[in-house]
Amino acid sequence: MSYIPHTPFETQQMLVEIGVATIDELFEAVPATHRFPKLDLPPPMSEMEVAAEMLAISEANDHAQDFAIFRGAGAYHHFIPSVVNHMLLRGEFYTAYTPYQPEISQGTLQATYEYQSMMCALTGMDAANASHYDGATSLAEAITVALEATRHRRKKVILSHAIHPHYREVARTYHQGRDIRIIGDRGRGEVVDLMEMLDENTAMLAVQYPDFFGQIDDLSTLADAVHDAGALLVMVANPMALSIFKSPGELGADIVVGEGQPMGVPLGYGGPYLGYFAIRQKYVRRIAGRIIGETLDADGKRAFVMTLRPREQDIKRERATSNICTNQGLMALSASVYMALMGKNGLRHVGELNYHKAHYAANEINRLDGYSVDMSKPFFNEFVVACPRPIARINEALLAEGIIGGYDLGAHYYHLTDRMLLCVTEMNAKEEIDRLVEILGGLG
Amino acid sequence: MTTELLQPLIYDIGSPGRMGVNLPECDVPKVELPAALMREDLPLPEVSEVQVVRHFVKLSKLNYSIDQGLYPLGSCTMKYNPKINEDAARLPGFAQLHPLTDESGSQGALFLMRELQKWLGEISGFDAVSLTPAAGAQGEFAGILMIRQYHRDRGEGQRDLILVPNSAHGTNPATVTMAGMHVHELPSNDRGNVDMDALHAACEGELRDRIAGMMVTVPSTLGLFESTILEVIATVHDAGGLMYMDGANMNALMAAVKPGELGFDVMHYNLHKTFSTPHGGGGPGSGAVGVNDKLAPYLPGPIVEIVEEGAADTEEPVGATLESPEHGRGMTRASQGSPLQTSAGEGDRPPLYGFVMPEKSIGRLKAFHGNFGMHLRAFAYIRVYGDSGIRDVTRYAVLNANYLRAKLMRTYKVPYPRYCGHEFVLEGHFEDAADVHALDISKRLMDYGFHPPTNYFPLIVPEALLIEPTETETKVDLDEFVEAMERIAEEARRDPELLRNAPHTAPVRRLDEVRAAKELVLCCAPALSR
Repeated sequence: MSYIPHTPFETQQMLVEIGVATIDELFEAVPATHRFPKLDLPPPMSEMEVAAEMLAISEANDHAQDFAIFRGAGAYHHFIPSVVNHMLLRGEFYTAYTPYQPEISQGTLQATYEYQSMMCALTGMDAANASHYDGATSLAEAITVALEATRHRRKKVILSHAIHPHYREVARTYHQGRDIRIIGDRGRGEVVDLMEMLDENTAMLAVQYPDFFGQIDDLSTLADAVHDAGALLVMVANPMALSIFKSPGELGADIVVGEGQPMGVPLGYGGPYLGYFAIRQKYVRRIAGRIIGETLDADGKRAFVMTLRPREQDIKRERATSNICTNQGLMALSASVYMALMGKNGLRHVGELNYHKAHYAANEINRLDGYSVDMSKPFFNEFVVACPRPIARINEALLAEGIIGGYDLGAHYYHLTDRMLLCVTEMNAKEEIDRLVEILGGLG
Repeated sequence: MTTELLQPLIYDIGSPGRMGVNLPECDVPKVELPAALMREDLPLPEVSEVQVVRHFVKLSKLNYSIDQGLYPLGSCTMKYNPKINEDAARLPGFAQLHPLTDESGSQGALFLMRELQKWLGEISGFDAVSLTPAAGAQGEFAGILMIRQYHRDRGEGQRDLILVPNSAHGTNPATVTMAGMHVHELPSNDRGNVDMDALHAACEGELRDRIAGMMVTVPSTLGLFESTILEVIATVHDAGGLMYMDGANMNALMAAVKPGELGFDVMHYNLHKTFSTPHGGGGPGSGAVGVNDKLAPYLPGPIVEIVEEGAADTEEPVGATLESPEHGRGMTRASQGSPLQTSAGEGDRPPLYGFVMPEKSIGRLKAFHGNFGMHLRAFAYIRVYGDSGIRDVTRYAVLNANYLRAKLMRTYKVPYPRYCGHEFVLEGHFEDAADVHALDISKRLMDYGFHPPTNYFPLIVPEALLIEPTETETKVDLDEFVEAMERIAEEARRDPELLRNAPHTAPVRRLDEVRAAKELVLCCAPALSR
């Protein structure tokens, strides 16, 4: 019976204790007309068979162990030190529940507190929560905080068109029941254009850093403009880029959100990832989700506990601003172990590798006949390539050579047909980049 | 604060210049970094690999977990998390698969998701399933948004009330507010069921035209099957509302009853409860939603469908639709027939699976397509148990809960003395030991080596202890838990202070939560340049 340990003898003893003859009798309150339906599921399998089947299914996928991968667009193939997985596999971490009982959950609580601390260090914010579902839902939750912080008097939210298209879709899904307008993402998307949209009805303005196209805008005057309008500045930041670039805190952001996946979480076909959420002190009590704080125990010993609990749905019920309870705790642990291992110098080194390799690839591709790379702004590890042929054709040809090519921007931006978003990370060795360039050259 | 932590903070064990990772040198010509954009300082720890390993191993030892023992946390279904599922999740074909891989290169993952959609639909009697929600709360949110949109499309946008019993999980009312709708709370009767008079009054009175739907947990948050459930559903349907089932307690229902057949229109599943995916110290979860044909067009997307039918016995080599054979390892078992169709014959071409957005979808809930790592674990779990085993999961979960209930009734008050589902409520309070509360009993259980039950939920029972043992516990474990609970009941009378000061053997004593909320020490990072 797989993971059910009962012997027939024990089952019998238990039934006697309860005072019934069969287990079926325990279901008497289920309407008889609908009780015990047949389930049309496949028959049981042994562990050996399941292992073989899972392997076979997994191998019907084109994965980064078999292919060179130059695709990012919100999910990134980075190096993950072996230690991360070994720590995640500790049953004490992954088979524990939410630390509602702090006396026997100090491990999860301290690791999460350290995660919050390192996210603050990276983003330049004062506080971070224990995670949201992913970067997209973090942005959606930031909108809620901004609406609350401006007391629901402001009904306009400006999202740059250079924020990941899926994030903007999620923001609209989350707020479809509210009387607000989400604008800004159908224009040209230059920072000056966004600034012009600010008015006394604007609750927040959000930009991505680096943006969806990998580029970094001049954001030096943005924060003042947003704050002068009485709105909040939200930045959607790739944490890996923050290893070398100015923190959003330095740039004046009020809330920093983003996808934590680049920090020690594998591609995993899109999840589980983690949405990080960091904020200025003045808004800290508006943060949704779990947050860990330091305190003392009855003996005066320093220890950690979930705090600001009265904001949460289980206590505040219909007056809560978010219904989140389960978060992405284990992925926050991944990020925590990853950032601890990489540390101050390692993370900067990885960030620089990304920068140099992406620029090497961009320069090489830009030299090819028929191709041009958008070098109008600084970029980190992704860049836009205008191609001489439809992206689908190019990717087909690359795939035949064992390469997963860039993301087809035409799918989301009608003016960007035949343009591909290429991503180069520390995982792409020079030979791999040269091979990519060579094949692209042959297709020119 | 001057005292030491049990384990120093990671920031406090480093030394300047120390590294925890061995990275390659740059193998391409370097370019100049844009000085004006660069940050000056990156205040992260500087520790060695060994220090990191020891730090997190020591932290892990301060936790209690399912791998250590019984975790009878009601409404959370803390069952054993099979190890094979962890291995499967780490296969490169899953772990290293980019979410934006072309359909042709992700047929394995898409096949798996489609099978899981089918199986979850079958288990609950629903026509369509979306796997995208990241957790139960997000599944609830999707469900209420679907109900909202359904009414609006029918020109009944004035339906803005969702009925919620006062025994509901806190997520239910919070979800309703998030979706821009309003909660109408219903009382419970003395059997813990929805008060039918209140329900009829709401559905047949002046609010009738504003009823959008109702959220119900089955079995109820008291662990009880509501014998009146069919009447509840009919009453809400008569008023034009739709029925949402909170599927947190699905572990009591599999092959016992299908919510879709009872008449529910939509429910969420918690893959991290019923289908054994690990709770991870607070997440990730996975909260698929199932719907009947009324709501199928509104599902959050994308969902997986067959976009091109397969064919029997074609000329093409097996696996040709997946990738050409010259590159990649591809399907290692191609010659034995494709794993990507349930009844593959030699030489058959499997169908092509793809993502589609349902016609009137409420939209996207996550950047990609849900917590796939949880989908594959749930897939492996259902595969292991199969048809007969899934039935047993529920049967033995209900047996274990009723066994504990029968034994504990001798020492504790059970407010609703009838057969329970997979969990039940005790009152953690004794008339002859008035100073001892449910919290004290919970904390004392830690000294006996158990995780406490859920306390103070559901809210309708004073001093509630909600106990859910799950099917994976042996009779011996349950007996030991009963013995601990009996001894605690004795101690409550003999030495109440022992309980009020518990735990005594945990790594720390009770914590000052007021101080935590007042002083708000939320991060330890050194001063940053802002």
